[in-house]
Amino acid sequence: MSNPITLTDEATAIEPRPRDGRQTHFAHSRDQASEPTTLAIGVRDLNAWYGDFQALHSISLDIPANRVSALIGPSGCGKSTLLRWFNRMNDTIPTAHARGSVHLGDTDLLSRTTDVVDLRRRIGIVFQRPNPFPKSIFDNVAFGPRLHMKLSRTELQDVVEWALRKAAVWDEVKDRLASPALGLSGGQQQRLCIARAIAVGPEVLLMDEPCSALDPASTLAVEDLIFELRRQYTIVIVTHNMQQAARCSDQTAFFYEGRLIEVGATTTVFTKPKQQQTEDYVSGKFG
Amino acid sequence: MSSANSLATPTWRGDLDDRVGKYLGRSHRSLKLVRGRETVIYAILIASGLFSLLITGAIIYVLAIETVSFFKSDEVTFANFFGSTTWNPLLGGTKSFGIWALICGTMLVTAIAMSIALPLGLITAIYLSEYAPRGVRNVLKPVLEVLAGVPTVVYGFFALMTITPILQWLHSGFSVYNAASAGIAVGILCLPTVCSLAEDALQAVPRGLREGAYGLGATRFDVSVKVVVPAALSGIISAFLLAIARAVGETMIVALAAGSLAQATLDPRQQVQTMTGFMVQMASGDVSNYGTEYYSMYAVAFTLFVMTLALTMVGNLVRRRFREAYE
Repeated sequence: MSNPITLTDEATAIEPRPRDGRQTHFAHSRDQASEPTTLAIGVRDLNAWYGDFQALHSISLDIPANRVSALIGPSGCGKSTLLRWFNRMNDTIPTAHARGSVHLGDTDLLSRTTDVVDLRRRIGIVFQRPNPFPKSIFDNVAFGPRLHMKLSRTELQDVVEWALRKAAVWDEVKDRLASPALGLSGGQQQRLCIARAIAVGPEVLLMDEPCSALDPASTLAVEDLIFELRRQYTIVIVTHNMQQAARCSDQTAFFYEGRLIEVGATTTVFTKPKQQQTEDYVSGKFG
Repeated sequence: MSSANSLATPTWRGDLDDRVGKYLGRSHRSLKLVRGRETVIYAILIASGLFSLLITGAIIYVLAIETVSFFKSDEVTFANFFGSTTWNPLLGGTKSFGIWALICGTMLVTAIAMSIALPLGLITAIYLSEYAPRGVRNVLKPVLEVLAGVPTVVYGFFALMTITPILQWLHSGFSVYNAASAGIAVGILCLPTVCSLAEDALQAVPRGLREGAYGLGATRFDVSVKVVVPAALSGIISAFLLAIARAVGETMIVALAAGSLAQATLDPRQQVQTMTGFMVQMASGDVSNYGTEYYSMYAVAFTLFVMTLALTMVGNLVRRRFREAYE
């Protein structure tokens, strides 16, 4: 992994969130907020459009490595657009274009010469609705590795098991790997999609409202998982749910009408926001 | 306006409340009338359904009756009909009704047609659905649909006047009437059917599946071949089977370009007669409308009917087997 601005190696410093920490929302991020971090993705002066409509205005934002960064804001504020530029998902929309710079290490993510296939291998994405392929559970997770790596059958099985364990869904599916993924519950499907994304070995995981189609119990399971995963991955999560941002993120960025209003440690943004708009939003006055 | 109301709602709304209250109190449309109308609509729907059922039943009945009288003839035996490859219904002394000669002709033409229509149709559908920019798609799709609207007799002439000379120029062994020429024309005829239906099936695959695959670093080709096509497989197979059924039943092209000599051959350069081709010859020729050769037309029609019915049923089975729910 290429991180030019390495300040310290703190991979061991992150402690697992205590299960009972859910009530005291900011307990986990208090310790880390002051810790130095490594830069994963740097956004500088990014403007983005859909046709003539400008969706993002001059965004500059640092995404720290091995942290959960939450992008919050009301619908249409541009948070999903930003996320989808990180792995060039917007390439599939003909009218989308952007100016500015987004860097992952030394790689310019917006450059025409950047290999999007390689980029998407380094930056995985999990979508709002669980979207497993209509294939078996095994084939879903094996899809990415089969595209990118040359593996023997047993090696592939190892990768699949590893990814499913990482995504905390192994115990529930290990006895039915050959059965269709669409037979799983919504929460299981979403964790399967996370496993599928992990299986290609990304550095960054993007999550576009990963829990909005899930019931509360599944949401809990996925949130726990997100918090666990930041030990190895940099996570950027777009969410409508402010409690979710508060529960499982280290850094929060608040967007409004295509502009970045405020960014900071989650604790700060939720308790002592600098901007009035942020305070109004996080306290539920609008949005 | 009552005082209780004025407490609950601002006074300026009181007038509106009163008016709407009156509207809501108006008597409902007559229940009897509604029920009567429902009954009439129900009867019309049932009648329409029964009508198509009745027509199908009548056709099968006529086919079956005439087929039975065909087999009652002294000149015909089951063993001859299903066991022989010599189809020679007209020559007095040596009449032979070996259906396999006609089935073979039909199969040969269909196989040639499908070897063109299926791969080309599917590839075009993938291109249109997954690769083509919107502008190209908006032009190409209507053009393909125009192809479907050309009368089949035009394809027949096209086969005879254009495809056959080209084939003869390529290889001198082709006779004037040949299976290849008719097969190619039938293939072109079926191309829009395959393409249009397969494209619909591909388009019906949810966008989320494509994004999921792209998000894993799949190329456009990976996404098309490994995700979209498998997900649309049931629709693609239905498209294929519909095209096969159409090719088997195609009449005008084969009547014009395939020839009128029934022979069990797999050589596409030879002339062949298909089941439909024979029926046209019988129905439009100067054969008397009685006698074994006349009734043989019904036996052939019945066989064709059973074949297409089997195709449809296999299609339904296959479709159910490959049906994949997306959500």
